[in-house]
Amino acid sequence: MRIRSMMLTKNFFKKPENPLEWYDNRTKNSIPDIPDQMCISCPKCKAILLTGDLNENARVCPKCGYHFRMNARQRVGMIADENSFSEMDAEMRSTNLIGFPNYDKKLWHARLESGENEAVICGTAQIGGFPCCLFVMEPHFMMGSMGTVVGEKITRLFEYAAEKSLPVIGFTVSGGARMQEGILSLMQMAKTSAAVKRHSDQGNLYVAILTDPTTGGVTASFAMEADIIVAEPGALIGFAGPRVIEQTMRQKLPPNFQRSEFLLEKGFLDDIVPRGRQRDYLVSLLSLHQRGS
Amino acid sequence: MEAYERLAASRAKNRPTGMSYIHNIFTDFLEMHGDRRFGDDKAVVGGIARLCGMPVTVIAHEKGVGTKEKISRNFGSAHPEGYRKALRLMKQAEKFKRPVVCFVDTAGAFCGISAEERGEGEAIAENLKEMITLKTPILSVFIGEGGSGGALGLAVADEVWMLENAYYSVISPEGCASILWKDSSKVKEAAECLKLTADDLFRMKVIERIIPEPENFGEVYENLQSELYHTLLLKEALKPEDMLQQRYDRFRRLGVPAQK
Repeated sequence: MRIRSMMLTKNFFKKPENPLEWYDNRTKNSIPDIPDQMCISCPKCKAILLTGDLNENARVCPKCGYHFRMNARQRVGMIADENSFSEMDAEMRSTNLIGFPNYDKKLWHARLESGENEAVICGTAQIGGFPCCLFVMEPHFMMGSMGTVVGEKITRLFEYAAEKSLPVIGFTVSGGARMQEGILSLMQMAKTSAAVKRHSDQGNLYVAILTDPTTGGVTASFAMEADIIVAEPGALIGFAGPRVIEQTMRQKLPPNFQRSEFLLEKGFLDDIVPRGRQRDYLVSLLSLHQRGS
Repeated sequence: MEAYERLAASRAKNRPTGMSYIHNIFTDFLEMHGDRRFGDDKAVVGGIARLCGMPVTVIAHEKGVGTKEKISRNFGSAHPEGYRKALRLMKQAEKFKRPVVCFVDTAGAFCGISAEERGEGEAIAENLKEMITLKTPILSVFIGEGGSGGALGLAVADEVWMLENAYYSVISPEGCASILWKDSSKVKEAAECLKLTADDLFRMKVIERIIPEPENFGEVYENLQSELYHTLLLKEALKPEDMLQQRYDRFRRLGVPAQK
């Protein structure tokens, strides 16, 4: 009886039980679970990172410096002066030019996944107060593959930059030419190269920042045609992809093969510039290329 | 003929290779070796010759005849030094005001460690960038396989022609099949999807001419000899700035989206 009255007293001060609340408490206490989107494991050092922290650190692992892929809008925000970016040809969209199977569906998925209309965004911007043209490729749109719209947007950007005597800053990420648009994708390599050459012949600056991965037709065209070519640490950069080489040649690939550090050693990069330093680096470069200074 | 049959014909064992075209169409051919940077790539042959008496620079992919030669030429898949040799010879042609004729026949640029570490991507990119403003006429003829960037590296030209059974594609049909259906044996379907035949490309305005392949292959050489000669004369009559503008426009108009 005494015990019972004690329990009653105890329960008297307790909040009435709510089954939903009970479920909440149990999950909180027994399974320390965080939703998938909230945390991510670093592929290099295996540290568990909160996505929020990672985004605040420009998607670079604070523990080991691993550079995670970054969407194009985030990059524009990181590089351009606040509110200075003015987009060009934002509405240009690809169509299924050669009736390739499932391409329409793929495009629809890509738009949904990336929130972009195509695999590159182009526009004018200021970086440290210096006006320039900027293009940033989008890894979440069919891995930045180059079809006719990507080629056309980049060509228009270089033509505009040539007309206005503006430097071009470009961030590349691409799996190469887009198979689904057939030969017309391949032709974009020549088309963009022609525009790069015209821009260059008029004495204008073009800086390319190669990010992970930059391969195939983009490497074999505008990515490797800049006056100054730098890369993010650890980025995969090559013409043929490593898996294709392993499969066709049955060759074991050396460690670090086709990574930024490898390309720097072989003489194909001016430098490796980590994300945190990129804005300052570009400001210095743009400043050094001001005519008459 | 279906795309797959053309593909098979373009790869046929007895199909004439680059050297046959050089010897049957030109006279006085002198081969020039090496890129003056690294080495001599045997997958690309180049030199100076006469076309109906006119001095020209001629460059060709060469797959080789017979197993031994095929191996030494990497089956016509060029390393970076192949593209750099080609560019060196084109610059030389520009200096001496000789037109350039290229014959394209490659499954693709060489795929391997050696090509990557010497900058395959950079070498092709450099060719695309320099050929577009080369101040002498360039004609490219696809005689067999036209595999992706490796073919384009010799095909930024004033006009691109294709033999009836040649193909030109962004990716090999085998590669396309293995990506699409995870099954590299579905080459036939992939070849159809990619629209890689001379007819398809002519319709898309990627090439200017289709060269018929009659029973007697000798007619192909005769035909090419006179067609190349007369076209080069027309190109040489153009003002250099007009010729370069037309070359720019030729590529500029490919794949312009309908809207905006």
